[in-house]
Amino acid sequence: MSDKQTKAPPEVEVTDLTKSFAAVRALDQVSAKFRAGRMHALLGENGAGKSTLVKCLMGYYRTDAGKILVDGNEHAIEHPRAAHRLGLGMVYQHFTLVPRMTVAENFLLGRDSLPAVIDWVAQHALLDEFMARMPFKLDPRRLVGTLAAGEKQKLEILKQLYLGRRFLVLDEPTSVLTPAEADEVLGEMRRLVDAHELTVVLITHKLREVMQFAQDVTILRGGKVVAQTEVAACSEAGLATLMFGEALPLEKEGTATKGASRHDRAYLELEGLDVIGDRGTPAVVDVGFKVHAGEIVGIAGVSGNGQKELIEVLAGQREAQSGSVRVDGRPFRRRRRQLESKGVSLLTEEPLANAAVRSMTVMENLALRQFDRAPLSIGGIVLKRRALRPFARALIARYGIRAGSPSARLDTLSGGNVQRTVLARELARDVRLLIMQNPCFGLDAAAATDIRRQILRARDGGAAVLLVSEDLDEVLELSDRVLVMAGGCITYETPRANADRYEIGRHMTQGPARLSA
Amino acid sequence: MTGTFDLGWWGVALAIVAGAIRVSTPYLLVSLGETLTEKSGRVNLGLEGTLVLGAMSAFATCYLMGSPWLGMLAAGVAGAALGLLHAAICNLPRVNDIAVGIALFIFGIGLAFFLGKPFIEPRAAMLPSLPLGNWSDNPAIRSAFAISPVFFIGIALAVSLEWGLKNTRWGLVLRMAGESADATRAIGLSVDRIRTLATMAGGSLAGFGGGFLSLYYPGNWNEGLSSGQGLMAIALVIFARWSPLRCFYASLLFGGASAIGPAVQTVGITEGYYLFYAAPYVLTLGLLIYSSSRTRTLAGAPSELSISR
Repeated sequence: MSDKQTKAPPEVEVTDLTKSFAAVRALDQVSAKFRAGRMHALLGENGAGKSTLVKCLMGYYRTDAGKILVDGNEHAIEHPRAAHRLGLGMVYQHFTLVPRMTVAENFLLGRDSLPAVIDWVAQHALLDEFMARMPFKLDPRRLVGTLAAGEKQKLEILKQLYLGRRFLVLDEPTSVLTPAEADEVLGEMRRLVDAHELTVVLITHKLREVMQFAQDVTILRGGKVVAQTEVAACSEAGLATLMFGEALPLEKEGTATKGASRHDRAYLELEGLDVIGDRGTPAVVDVGFKVHAGEIVGIAGVSGNGQKELIEVLAGQREAQSGSVRVDGRPFRRRRRQLESKGVSLLTEEPLANAAVRSMTVMENLALRQFDRAPLSIGGIVLKRRALRPFARALIARYGIRAGSPSARLDTLSGGNVQRTVLARELARDVRLLIMQNPCFGLDAAAATDIRRQILRARDGGAAVLLVSEDLDEVLELSDRVLVMAGGCITYETPRANADRYEIGRHMTQGPARLSA
Repeated sequence: MTGTFDLGWWGVALAIVAGAIRVSTPYLLVSLGETLTEKSGRVNLGLEGTLVLGAMSAFATCYLMGSPWLGMLAAGVAGAALGLLHAAICNLPRVNDIAVGIALFIFGIGLAFFLGKPFIEPRAAMLPSLPLGNWSDNPAIRSAFAISPVFFIGIALAVSLEWGLKNTRWGLVLRMAGESADATRAIGLSVDRIRTLATMAGGSLAGFGGGFLSLYYPGNWNEGLSSGQGLMAIALVIFARWSPLRCFYASLLFGGASAIGPAVQTVGITEGYYLFYAAPYVLTLGLLIYSSSRTRTLAGAPSELSISR
């Protein structure tokens, strides 16, 4: 590996790259140049073609047309191994680590050639020597499952360096990191780039990261390159305009705390909640908080710190070991009658899997809360199919659901429209308690803005809103009060006015002793 | 007879130990095979069918060709073939490995009964045993320590699998496929190929287990030969928490439980002994209740298994 260290990092260029999936043209004659020893940002909305472009470089997709040049020579990269041989590597958005193996095992598994029998003593010696040269340190003997999200991200990057990759694509590397961790990781990458050790392509939609760390930026929109330039020559607002086409700011209709409409009485009260997770270990530990009517309480936290189990208890999908949940002063039983009389609405994460029936039509899914009530039913026994369609049409129009027809199957809709469908169903009644988990995960900016607007509207209508999200920006944007969940506990609380993202980030990563994965 | 009598209750203990060694061998082979398959991220519930088909193939081959070792080879090939069938079906999109396993369980038994009808009456040459009890002139001890080499092969396999899963390339790759299919694909390996090979290897081990049944103990071929040992071996994998070495200890435990019934008969208990024959089934039930308890963890289960997702 030492001879590779002395070689310059590769320069990669693509010309007129085109790639289609069925009827969708994901890349349309894309040309871009990633200069050697520079930090590039690849900027664009969801669906702009960023991932498709880099997956073509990495040999996961065959391109329909166009050329890939590495150090000036054309290469047909037909397999990931071909990319590896050229020194191209990628760090994925979702970790590709094996949690129940050690750091060392994960390192070795990435190698294209592995000896049949592994001499662990020698390998550990080599790894220790490698770690000594690296900007971040990790103990090769640790189980990956016990690492925090930020450490896993570092491990992914270290793994690529260990494998001798000199051209690194980082796919939204900071989406699971706290602000401080993000700054550390990107700062170290920039240092390696400046030392001419690496060429880095950073895929992101966070303008702040582009402005702070990148040198060059390529902006994709709808599968086309709309600009390629040096970061020093642009402003943040200019980049945003290039990325979205037109400005799309969130309406600021009352994001500030509405002291006037806020009631003093708590509508949702949790006390001493203990929940056991899937692996039989405690996932939620002694959690207690209150949500008042007319207030959005946001729970920030890195995923896997008990948020999922907490929401499952509120959704009736999991039993708590002990503790109490009270709604409007009464014990919460999650029976249908009580959900209705107390106005409880719920949007869990991945609604297609958790909160809707994928093989039913859009209109049936919209009616799941009310199908046996007038006007949709006669006496709660016979479903009035004729009433169903106008009922669904009204909701489809009001919530802007893009579906072929009300009788299209739900799983033919895009993620954003499934989300809107479930949200429409949950909001199409008297809402007094709204519980949401990652409501905008995987949505494009327009859909996310739209859904956030609906949440604010519910709050302004006097509903108590509990928002559990892994997206710290979203929590800070919407919440009146911010709680931090770490290691299954609520470790920090602050009103939005005093919220400091670094302070919150610190609590997100520290918390009590982390639960093992 | 007098030998057993002379040893008294020691004779019961001896019979249980001897029985444990004899009976545990097929448990051990099947559970090692299942461990291998499950470590790659798939459950093959069809191993009971594989066991029976292996027993039939071994017996028929041995009867026709005269060599018990050729019979064992045939059992391994038949097991690998069933494993390949399981894997090939599971490689198709949206196929559930549990359901395929149950189908192959029934298919394997049916095929074995269909092909094995002509071989129910005859006798075939048996696998030899190692006379490790020759130091004693007590016939009970001599017969108890006449141990099949297959038992020792099983121990060697358990030890080398335990070592190999941690210290060899294929061990790491196999575990990775069982822990994270995404990670495996990300480094450019075919998850389906790894699982196919693991299921075939697991199937052939279960086939060997069947061969042991028909060619050593009890040493004949009939339709009631296995009586659920293949299924119990799968339960045993859960109990052993997917460790080959623990599979060996658990197999001895199950073998010992199976040997209680015959052993108490040898000391002349004539009433109620049949209850002891149920011991392995009760043990299976107890272990499954213990290990599937909602609050207890399934620590050690490969993450890609459909039961842990």
